[in-house]
Amino acid sequence: MDVSETQANGNGNAIRADKVSRHYQMGGATIRAVHEISLEVRAGEFLALLGASGSGKSTLLNLIAGLDRPTSGAILAQGRDLAGMTSEDLAKHRNRTIGIVFQSFQLLPRMTLEENVELPLRLAEVPRAERPGRVREALDRVGLAARVKHRPSELSGGEQQRAAIARALVNQPMILLADEPTGNLDSKTGDEIMHLIAGIHRPASGAGRTVIMVTHERALAEQYADRIVTLSDGAIAREERLR
Amino acid sequence: MKLGDLTELAARNLREAILRNSLTTLGIAVGVASLVALLSLGVGLQQLVNRSVARAGLFDTVSVRPRQNTPFGQPGGGRRNPRDAASDLVPPRVLDDAARKEIAALPNVLEVNPEERFTAEARLEPNTQLVMVAGMPPSSQNSGTLDGLMGSFFSGPDAEEVIVQGDMAKRLLNEGQPPASLLGKEITLRFAQRQALPPPSQQAASDPPNQAVGPDEEAMGFSIVPSEKNFRVIGVTPSSDSGGGPVGFNNAGIYLPLAVAEKLQVVQQSDLREMSRSGAADGVRYAALNVRASSPAAVAAIESSIAQMGFTSFSLIDVTRNLRTFFAIFDLFLGIFGSLALAVASLGIINTLVMAILERRREIGVLKALGAADRDVRQLFFAEAGVMGLAGGIFGVALGWAIGRAIQFATAVYLRRQGMNSPNIWSVPLWLVLGAVAFAVVVSLVSGIYPASRAAKLDPVEALRYE
Repeated sequence: MDVSETQANGNGNAIRADKVSRHYQMGGATIRAVHEISLEVRAGEFLALLGASGSGKSTLLNLIAGLDRPTSGAILAQGRDLAGMTSEDLAKHRNRTIGIVFQSFQLLPRMTLEENVELPLRLAEVPRAERPGRVREALDRVGLAARVKHRPSELSGGEQQRAAIARALVNQPMILLADEPTGNLDSKTGDEIMHLIAGIHRPASGAGRTVIMVTHERALAEQYADRIVTLSDGAIAREERLR
Repeated sequence: MKLGDLTELAARNLREAILRNSLTTLGIAVGVASLVALLSLGVGLQQLVNRSVARAGLFDTVSVRPRQNTPFGQPGGGRRNPRDAASDLVPPRVLDDAARKEIAALPNVLEVNPEERFTAEARLEPNTQLVMVAGMPPSSQNSGTLDGLMGSFFSGPDAEEVIVQGDMAKRLLNEGQPPASLLGKEITLRFAQRQALPPPSQQAASDPPNQAVGPDEEAMGFSIVPSEKNFRVIGVTPSSDSGGGPVGFNNAGIYLPLAVAEKLQVVQQSDLREMSRSGAADGVRYAALNVRASSPAAVAAIESSIAQMGFTSFSLIDVTRNLRTFFAIFDLFLGIFGSLALAVASLGIINTLVMAILERRREIGVLKALGAADRDVRQLFFAEAGVMGLAGGIFGVALGWAIGRAIQFATAVYLRRQGMNSPNIWSVPLWLVLGAVAFAVVVSLVSGIYPASRAAKLDPVEALRYE
């Protein structure tokens, strides 16, 4: 079965943003972090959101993730409007529909890798007996099967990011959101992580995933993404289809 | 999130800040301990009083008197039992053998004994004392009335033996002699005895009677003569200043076996009344009967039945209701004072959890990013408060138990040094253990409401940015 068929809504879109705005009030001023952005991400597509710092790319990613709510407009994830969801439904969306990878890994330092990766399964109330197999499988996929009992502080940056990817994938979400996944890594390790994400997008076998990646490195975006959307001052400045 | 996962995560989080959380838990434990220690003493004192009253038969004994024979000021006379109002419509009856059998046949009545009490002079050369003497039924041996008895109970129902109350023993003995030294000695009782007069036809022909006579002859009249009899002291009860000694309806200085007391034919107060009221009745007439019920709960029904028969009854059940009210209020105040420490501890929980929110702000953001709902975060903080409450409650009960034991021990040592008995004034019933732990958990959960809702409301984007 084609990847796009499994993750798309009726129009073949994994994500659709319709005139989405996110404004903040700061004192008397209104900050337009995102302003009336309309965007469609097709199922199975690798989209890179490119832009300078403060361009609104991370805010847009947070809106797609359901971590934040738009001031106006609609965001449809697999056909369901996130703006109309209750906070419980948004939590389920974050737990099951998407997986998030952060620039600073965001692993819980007091937990081992195994426990960190198990967290989304706990929140999804996956039966206890099922969890160890799924955790091991996710860690195996990112090459950390031998480090399950290690704490994040005992791992390199690249290993921590790989563990974060394993955590993002353990609930088998259809969409992977990555916010500057290589921002805290050296270029060699960054390449390794990007190879890993590319492999998740289009695996050698089995279903792939929609990937939306925020980055400020054009070269990285050009190398891996199907399409680049450049943001500037909270709005789309340019769209380029590469593949 | 499932309860098991929630508890596991909560326990893990608590372990991470072990010192701070242990101190908070200790605060709860101290609060619970003060509550348990105070209430255990309140409960212990209440049980002590209940035991003493129950042992003395005050709860399960009903005193029955003929209605018309009850003078003002006697139990059942001036103090009218409300149940007697119902008996006003029933004609008064004589308290005779038939009535005794009828009462004995009532449900839940264990035994019916005549009340034998009289004033006598007790003599142990060179000392003499006026003393109230009472007949004691064999059942008193096991009723707990004679707890702390030195010596033994009567060897048989007809044994010419006496048990002497500790204070009376001291008065009969020379100064400095311990009450127990009275054991085995013979004392003489001098009392007023009924002696039946012979029928008028024989009166002129025979000498005045000099023997005790049976009740059948009383219809013909009796004379009152002084009489003496020796008894061996078989037992001595603890003296009242050591907290012992029997109390109750038959409280007296010297006790005889009931059957022996009956055979003495001692003049009773009621004899004169009976003489003046009617000389035509047959058989034994009792001044009063003591009815022992199978349990205090059965006393009210027995009293009603007795009132319906035309007699006056009296028990202490109604009086002791006030005692129970007093202890309920006493325990309430102890509980309030004990809870104050727990209230202070609850502030500690709030402080600890608010600190935890600040420290774990980023962690809360990560949990939310991974799919934790506000409810999950709230429940996690609740679970942490609950675990601290549970641990503090369990530890507090143990601590309170130890404090109660220490107070009991110190009290016992003090009372023994004062030459008094050391009763158990401390008790930790199961309801107190479970109640204290549950109370600690509830107080902790209530304290967790504010921090938990504050954590749940955290904006995940802001929380993830927090360094």
